[in-house]
Amino acid sequence: MNREIKVGGHISRQFDEELDEIRSRVLKMGNLVEIQLDKVLEALRDVDSSAIVDVEKLDDEINDLEMQIDEECTQILARRNPAAGDLRLIIATTKSVRDLERIGDEAERVANMVRHAMDQDASKKAFKGLLSLTEHVKELLHETLNTYARMKTRSAVKVMRKDQDIDDEYSRVVMRLIEFMKKDPENISDGLDVMWAARSLERIGDHCINICENVIYLVEGQDIRHIGLDEVREQLAE
Amino acid sequence: MNTAHNTMSDIAKETYQTVGQPLIEDPKMHVRNTNVYYGEKQAIFDVNLDIGKNQVISMIGPSGCGKSTFLRCLNRMNDTIDICRVQGTLMLDDLNIYDKKIDVVELRARVGMVFQKPNPFPKSIYENVAYGARIHGLTDNKVELDELVEQSLKRCGLWKEVKDRLDEPATGLSGGQQQRLCIARAIAVNPEVILMDEPCSALDPIATATVEELIHELSENFTICIVTHSMQQAARVSQRTAYFHLGKLIEVNDTSTVFTNPEHKLTEEYITGRIG
Repeated sequence: MNREIKVGGHISRQFDEELDEIRSRVLKMGNLVEIQLDKVLEALRDVDSSAIVDVEKLDDEINDLEMQIDEECTQILARRNPAAGDLRLIIATTKSVRDLERIGDEAERVANMVRHAMDQDASKKAFKGLLSLTEHVKELLHETLNTYARMKTRSAVKVMRKDQDIDDEYSRVVMRLIEFMKKDPENISDGLDVMWAARSLERIGDHCINICENVIYLVEGQDIRHIGLDEVREQLAE
Repeated sequence: MNTAHNTMSDIAKETYQTVGQPLIEDPKMHVRNTNVYYGEKQAIFDVNLDIGKNQVISMIGPSGCGKSTFLRCLNRMNDTIDICRVQGTLMLDDLNIYDKKIDVVELRARVGMVFQKPNPFPKSIYENVAYGARIHGLTDNKVELDELVEQSLKRCGLWKEVKDRLDEPATGLSGGQQQRLCIARAIAVNPEVILMDEPCSALDPIATATVEELIHELSENFTICIVTHSMQQAARVSQRTAYFHLGKLIEVNDTSTVFTNPEHKLTEEYITGRIG
């Protein structure tokens, strides 16, 4: 689990620069997605629709970055014939930017539902119930981006463990919403909106896990998708 | 690269273990504890390697790492260099190829070689392919020899291109055709192993692709060891890859492992262009 991956040090310094450029763009993209989630939090906390407009604007920028990074990765595959760690970096990066873009889409979805709820008091109150989950998802995203930046397996496994807490919290939110809707059929429409928003937040956690899996593939050269966390730890310990 | 182990004398002092899977079951050739010296200078250090039957194994590594020297041990081509001394056990099936009783000409019929630069004899296309069969007495009459030449040229995908000009000088063929002719010449004597020392380095990409396709087809019937400077070529044509560094066999693994997740740091540094 202490394996390290080296990005620089190629005889071709231009290649080093190209890889550095790609990594810094991914981190920039990640930063924009983080800002999106900040804005969602702000909107939830302050019931502020201007924050929601920002979320939509950021999504365009995120989509552009996704396409730029994909193009740069394609160019490296075509022109540099990367192998070993370099190849895994490119593969892990193209997969991770797709996850980041989808995190952006989920954040936008949550923002749209918050906007929809703004005129209704009951809804507003129900959405406030998502504050804690949103904060935790934002922390998870931040740690995921750190994991990508540092390219450390240990950190990736830690994030994956934390996602289980997010899943548990999501289940509790769903239970509360069911109770809320049971109380009064009038609440069903608002309750379902909040439930969809909670589902989007939970999906963000899943995308973070995908990115961590990509980092483990990059560092260890092992594909650990679709196996349980305990098995992942066993496999990596070997 | 870490310069601490940069010199031959430094690396010679260290014992080492080849990582990956240098040894396999039921190999065609096996090499044990092999050291090669040019005069006082040691070029190969304690190499242990099995070469699988009807498999392509590629030898890669920076210039001067010993990969060609090692290849040339496998059919005693190094015997032609006076100052070269080979120690160790090198077996072709049950035959010790450095046994004093071995007829080297016969050995080289069993372990053929194709060189970097196409080297057809200054004879006709037909004679180039027929030559080995004649000196080894592989055919009884002209009809059989004609058949052998045709089959060898067909296996190398050259028959259609040369069948109407078999009497013309081989030197009139293009570089790619000449190299395929040399391969046809090598396989005409029905070898068990074919050694190829950078067989495509003098060829253009199209001729290279043709030779690579030929290597793939030949591997059904022959064991092939190829030394190449092109890592992409090693990745394309071989099932196993051996990485040499300063005379030591650092890693041997499935080619897919070597190019996606090599075990040794030096292998990783070489194939990712960090050392050359």
